[in-house]
Amino acid sequence: MNTQDLEKKFQDRIDAGEKIEPKDWMPEKYRKTHIRQISQHAHSEIVGMLPEGNWISRAPSLRRKVALLAKVQDEGGHGLYLYSAAETLGISRDELFNQLHTGKAKYSSIFNYPALTWADIGAIGWLVDGAAIINQVMLTRTSFGPYARAMVRICKEESFHQRQGYEILLTLCNGTEVQKAMAQDALNRWWWPSLMMFGPRDEESPNTAQSVKWKIKRKTNDELRQQFVDNTIPQAEILGITVPDPDLKWNEERGHYDFGAIDWSEFWNVVKGNGPCNKERLAARNAAWDNGAWVREAALAHSEKQAKREELKQAI
Amino acid sequence: MKEKLYQYLLMLGDNSMILGHRLSELCGHGPSLETDIALTNHSLDLFGQVRSYFQYAAEVKGGEATEDSVAFLRYERDYLNTILVEQPNTDFAHVIGRQFLFDAYHLPLLEQLMESNDETIAAIAAKSIKESRYHLRFSSSWVKRLGDGTDESHQKMQAAINHLFPFIHELFRETPIEKEMKELGIGADLSLIKERFDEKIKEVFAEATLEIPQIPSRQVNGKIGIHTEQMGFILAELQYMQRAYPNMTW
Repeated sequence: MNTQDLEKKFQDRIDAGEKIEPKDWMPEKYRKTHIRQISQHAHSEIVGMLPEGNWISRAPSLRRKVALLAKVQDEGGHGLYLYSAAETLGISRDELFNQLHTGKAKYSSIFNYPALTWADIGAIGWLVDGAAIINQVMLTRTSFGPYARAMVRICKEESFHQRQGYEILLTLCNGTEVQKAMAQDALNRWWWPSLMMFGPRDEESPNTAQSVKWKIKRKTNDELRQQFVDNTIPQAEILGITVPDPDLKWNEERGHYDFGAIDWSEFWNVVKGNGPCNKERLAARNAAWDNGAWVREAALAHSEKQAKREELKQAI
Repeated sequence: MKEKLYQYLLMLGDNSMILGHRLSELCGHGPSLETDIALTNHSLDLFGQVRSYFQYAAEVKGGEATEDSVAFLRYERDYLNTILVEQPNTDFAHVIGRQFLFDAYHLPLLEQLMESNDETIAAIAAKSIKESRYHLRFSSSWVKRLGDGTDESHQKMQAAINHLFPFIHELFRETPIEKEMKELGIGADLSLIKERFDEKIKEVFAEATLEIPQIPSRQVNGKIGIHTEQMGFILAELQYMQRAYPNMTW
């Protein structure tokens, strides 16, 4: 079969709702797009461990500490499945780490914002995980089998995290004035960056059409963003805190909330590396990797020694 | 008697809490994703034990005490953990060394506590022992890997052990409270733990090609609340929210 026929057959399979598996033929661009997207997602999980991880040692109660530890650990686990899913496409985890550490690969820009108070742990769970779930639920039906299956498991854990985050804020909002103010301040700081998590507006998102065709995406950035706003506003009302957007209002005709303009210059500036914590996040990942080099080398040397000893035993 | 039982529960819980705290500082910073996840899991197990001990301690203490007031609202001199567990995460060899020495003590301790006359302590020990067995397996395997890995890892592992070893003697030096708890059949006999500990160290160090340090024990008394200068910083973080925002629900 020539490439054109292969591509047609490939597209027919996707159109028929079949899953593409790692050993199946796929267009090179499909493979590359998936390596990029899955690894970005994996990097986001492990960089995402840092802002929340910095609150583990200061969590206000034993119950919250255990829940936060478990949550951050889950994110490490998500990173692990996602790197494995990317590896099925013929790239090694070390190479992917290298792309992250050198700044070549991106991760979700939201993690370049600082977690400043305990309320931020609630806001991250509620808004950041909430936004992530909307994307990820869509991805459970994506065309690439290993990615879709990883997403099914990840989504279950993420929705638990989101409820946990919301419950942290609910406790603050039912607490003292100081706690409620802490919750409002966290919403003020995390709201707009959360809306930016869905990516640029549709007219500025050049990859969307191809991604929709390959069923990597089933909805556009703007559709997902709208869904997030519609889900979240009633939840903010229950908390009794206000979204920092004077233009936000229910649009009866559209059956959706209208919301104000997003400051895309901030978004691009953070993507380019100028967010509040880009440098610290990359430095922390690089330090963990560099400081761990001798440990990884030792593990390898030890397993080689063990294998040799085993060989000797067999020979005798 | 109640006060002494309370103090004994603090000794048990504080070791798990301060070690769990040290491990939690590493979350997101491990040398590989797998070790990061595994050590966070250790921390989770330890904090699970802390909750069980301190819920019971709060009940023994009575009044307004809760697991959180026991965990967070004591002064430094009232924390009764051993000095070993508050040692910092200097490098991965120190993390593994600290964990191994603690696990080699903790597992035989829990085996005895499973037979405690105090049903709650026996139940907590029975639940924790599966975790402790896994922790000892994990830390032993890493001591061997690092000890018998590269020259660099061997040196680092031996240096960590040399640093940590002088703190182990405290684990086995019986305090009056431990003596009384032993005599009542509630607590463990530390001399029996010491035998098991020594065997384990010998076995693992031989495989890891590490030397058992012949270094004198340090004069430390964490079990009566006299800590190192590290402890104030640990508590500053651990207690931060409870101290900065008193009497609030989280």
